[in-house]
Amino acid sequence: MSRIEGVLKSLKGQGRKALIPFITAGDPSPDQTVDLLHTLVEAGADIIELGVPFSDPMADGPVIQAACERALVHGTSLRQVLGMVRTFRETNTTTPIVLMGYLNPMEAMGTAVFADLAAESGVDGVLTVDLPPEEADEVAPLLTARNLDAIFLLAPTTSDERIRAISQHSSGYVYYVSFKGVTGASNINVEEVAGKVRHIHELTALPVAVGFGIRDAGTAAAVGRVSDGVIVGSVLVNTIAQHQTDPAQLKRALTDLLHPMREALDGLSS
Amino acid sequence: MSIKLTDEMLSMLPDTRGHFGDYGGRFVSETLFDSLETLEREYLRLKKDPQFQAQFDKDLADYVGRPSPLYFAERLTKVVGGAQIWLKREDLNHTGAHKINNTIGQALLANFLGKKRVIAETGAGQHGVATATVCARLGLECHVFMGAEDVKRQSLNVFRMKLLGAQVHAVTSGTRTLKDAMNDAMRDWVTNVDDTFYIIGTVAGPHPYPLLVRDFQAVIGRETREQSLHQAGKLPDALVACVGGGSNAIGMFYPFLTDESVQLYGVEAGGLGIETGQHAAPLSAGRPGVLHGNRTYLMEDENGQISGTHSVSAGLDYPGVGPEHSWLKDIGRANYVSVTDEEALDGFRKLTRIEGIMPALETAHAVAYAMKLAAGMGPDEVVVINVSGRGDKDIHTVAQMDGIEL
Ligand SMILES: Cc1ncc(COP(=O)(O)O)c(C=O)c1O
Repeated sequence: MSRIEGVLKSLKGQGRKALIPFITAGDPSPDQTVDLLHTLVEAGADIIELGVPFSDPMADGPVIQAACERALVHGTSLRQVLGMVRTFRETNTTTPIVLMGYLNPMEAMGTAVFADLAAESGVDGVLTVDLPPEEADEVAPLLTARNLDAIFLLAPTTSDERIRAISQHSSGYVYYVSFKGVTGASNINVEEVAGKVRHIHELTALPVAVGFGIRDAGTAAAVGRVSDGVIVGSVLVNTIAQHQTDPAQLKRALTDLLHPMREALDGLSS
Repeated sequence: MSIKLTDEMLSMLPDTRGHFGDYGGRFVSETLFDSLETLEREYLRLKKDPQFQAQFDKDLADYVGRPSPLYFAERLTKVVGGAQIWLKREDLNHTGAHKINNTIGQALLANFLGKKRVIAETGAGQHGVATATVCARLGLECHVFMGAEDVKRQSLNVFRMKLLGAQVHAVTSGTRTLKDAMNDAMRDWVTNVDDTFYIIGTVAGPHPYPLLVRDFQAVIGRETREQSLHQAGKLPDALVACVGGGSNAIGMFYPFLTDESVQLYGVEAGGLGIETGQHAAPLSAGRPGVLHGNRTYLMEDENGQISGTHSVSAGLDYPGVGPEHSWLKDIGRANYVSVTDEEALDGFRKLTRIEGIMPALETAHAVAYAMKLAAGMGPDEVVVINVSGRGDKDIHTVAQMDGIEL
């Protein structure tokens, strides 16, 4: 059983929902990322999605684009991101890390080299935004062979046929994108999401985590009620942008943001 | 390596997943997948629909003014002193460039799909103008994304688009040029995918765009083939076209791919010189990667981050290139070369002064290379330059390079 599967199973056993924060590696600077990962865990993270910065993040809104630009100013490379995970693993062997990014940096490294290094560094899953299963016949087996979960996106526009096919290519969990748009937008319609997630649950046995548009305890609870986990990205990244010059204040601010979400999610099970 | 291409081979490209050999494909986030599949299905259906094709041909004739002439550049030929130089006059099209061939076709598709809102990216602004034009004609809402840098250097075209009723969005992320405009257009599309048609301006992007843009532009090569046989009495010996994303080049090359005797030259933007790294020549100096929905040659650093590009011409200032060109390069069917900003300006001046034809700075790259090429060929040989657009939009840039304020 992969670390991701283990965590999600155990949460399910307790009737709890996964809190999955997202930050961009190297933002605001590479030397702060490992510290921030630990902060996220202390604030209640069950799984962490760690963004690999890319120069052209087509699926992201301005907030995460800016995070990529901050990270790239420091030259944050995929190799360095893997190093950060390795360092994190020295003191944390329980919280799964999912790398989330775009295909080109992985291809530039060489997908086999990347899969080797990711597994060695303690990465648990890989979500490549611009790699649908149709194009993944080379990458996905490399991941699977190293016990890395291949996580794919589902969207409001995904047909039932594709939901089934994509789920078959996925392991760990599937990531449901809550609305048509880029990260950081706020057009989430909780009722619509609930209906769609219920439907996805009928088509796959995999856990379903929902991302895009979750920004506070209210949206976390509403979405957590119907899914197995919630992914929180742009509000955290925005907070990083606001406190980029004050690391201590930044950690407090991230904790203050995540705590109420954690409580709201745990409130669902009691 | 060079292989003999046959019609049968070409009919299987791209394959059903949009691949030209190792290139192309559909590398997009999940939300767009459904729309791309619908577009592909509808396009493949309409491609065989005589009514759609008849409408397309009629629009090209009555609205664009096709066929565009093939003109023998007699004086330029004399000055260069080698092969006969002929010009395919896409600059005479309505709106002044080859871009309109494609926007006419895609706007027809948008209409058939019932989409009322159109978006486009643009570099030099020619595609933006061509899109705004067809939207005005069909009464469609039009949004054009343009890098803030390009908004500055192509202010004339920005104003033209506004006059045509389009909203121009200046893109301030990344390098503020064409690639960033394309990112923002994709972001808009993902957000408004239900009612919006994305008119991509070149043979890049996810499948089926490289296919359908090529099909719409192939009218250039079809006409050239017939005109050359008729006027020059033979097929051309060499075709020369500039390559940004590669739409005017593929439109010219495609109908000649199986004619082995016809040499194909795609001219990329060498900027300040390939050795300086300040250029926009992925086929000459890049390597395969994935950007904007397809696998193709790219300019990128060792970490897979897309590099900033430089070219005097905004329309060539793009770090990628259409996947079919990447394939043609690898199989050795087409040659990809580059000329510098300075050589291009020289080409601009020569064509202007010797033939009275002021080419776009993009086109000037093809002119500059063709002059070198023709000089080494014989008087019975025929070189055709695809004059992809006219230069009015660039006179500010040219004046600036000469230190003149207009
Ligand atoms: C006149 C002209 N030629 C060429 C290009 C380059 O595009 P492509 O390589 O797709 O033909 C442009 C793009 O703006 C253009 O305006």
